[in-house]
Amino acid sequence: MSEPKPSSDRVKEFMDGLEPAIFENTAFTTPKPLAESTVAILTSAALHHPEQPGFEPRDTSFRKLDPKRTDYRLGHWSQDVDQVGFGVDYNVVFPIDRLNELAADGTIGAVSDVHLAYAGNQFELQGIRLDSGPEGAKVLLDAGVDVVLLTPV
Amino acid sequence: MSTLAHVLEASGLVTIALGSVKGQLESTAPPRGLFCDFPLGRPLGKPGDAEFQHRVLAHAFAMLERTEPGIEAFPDVISDQSDVLSCPMPPRAESDDHPAVVEARALRPAYDRTIARHGERMGAFRLMGPDEVPAAIATFAAVADGAAWREAGIPGIPARVVQDIRGYYEAAAVSLAEHTPSAFEATRWFQHETEAGRAILGAKQQMQAQGAKPGLWQYLTTGAAAD
Repeated sequence: MSEPKPSSDRVKEFMDGLEPAIFENTAFTTPKPLAESTVAILTSAALHHPEQPGFEPRDTSFRKLDPKRTDYRLGHWSQDVDQVGFGVDYNVVFPIDRLNELAADGTIGAVSDVHLAYAGNQFELQGIRLDSGPEGAKVLLDAGVDVVLLTPV
Repeated sequence: MSTLAHVLEASGLVTIALGSVKGQLESTAPPRGLFCDFPLGRPLGKPGDAEFQHRVLAHAFAMLERTEPGIEAFPDVISDQSDVLSCPMPPRAESDDHPAVVEARALRPAYDRTIARHGERMGAFRLMGPDEVPAAIATFAAVADGAAWREAGIPGIPARVVQDIRGYYEAAAVSLAEHTPSAFEATRWFQHETEAGRAILGAKQQMQAQGAKPGLWQYLTTGAAAD
């Protein structure tokens, strides 16, 4: 008889069974050298600053995150997300300090002045695919971003 | 997450998507996906470990050398060991109030210490602040004791209210524990070892028995901690 699996692994197994969004063609942009690139973070952890509205369930909008502040709140609604790791070190979700260190040592060209947060655990993706996703892309392109690191929770 | 990677890449941006659910990452096939077998909520793996986080980022950025889309796996695995946090509870005042309410009040200094040290990144801020948490717990305790859930005064959608209660307790646990809890370790403590967790579990069972819609009671607890 096999050992029972840790319970959060059962949650991951459930998520594995969800029907995925299918993209028939995968876009592929050829990057310029990382040391010349401006990097942004996009997280689906529903992060927001205190004065920004939190995320409602099924909220497909995004919030702009200021990298010079650290007052990020974890607004994700799922009960199946660990909150304590982020509570003691936001870099485990939003590695802004690590990016600043990589910019300081020249590994990356620069850290973007704007980063984005969406809310994950969405089951209806058309709004993100057709509206808020392209809007977020424009925000990042207008900010001179080249590379986007996407972090889930 | 991978949907956004596709959208951004099609706009001319270069993306690298981290993912903790392997099948999802493979089936959604982002342009560059790095599978990190870490607990949900910790995509960079280890809080407070800059060296480990840099290793994850180094692997992610190395994927920019790829000439075609693909998925790679970070070699280290962080397993959820189903640990339950053990931490000393502060002394409680003598009171006729429900034990879960008294317990929540006693945790307030620990909650405040965590917020002062780490900021209000977790905790009670979605529907209520920490001042309102004991009264919110009282409504679930009443339901657990047999009150009609619609008339108990739960101050919002029950699962949302529980998010703030859980955040309050887990923030307090950070100060009470002698180490940074592993993923869901404090969640299991809250759900199984505290008066508030037991009251919420009791309310969940009562709501189900009272015929509430499943969507209203099934998210009162997390599958990561199991009832």
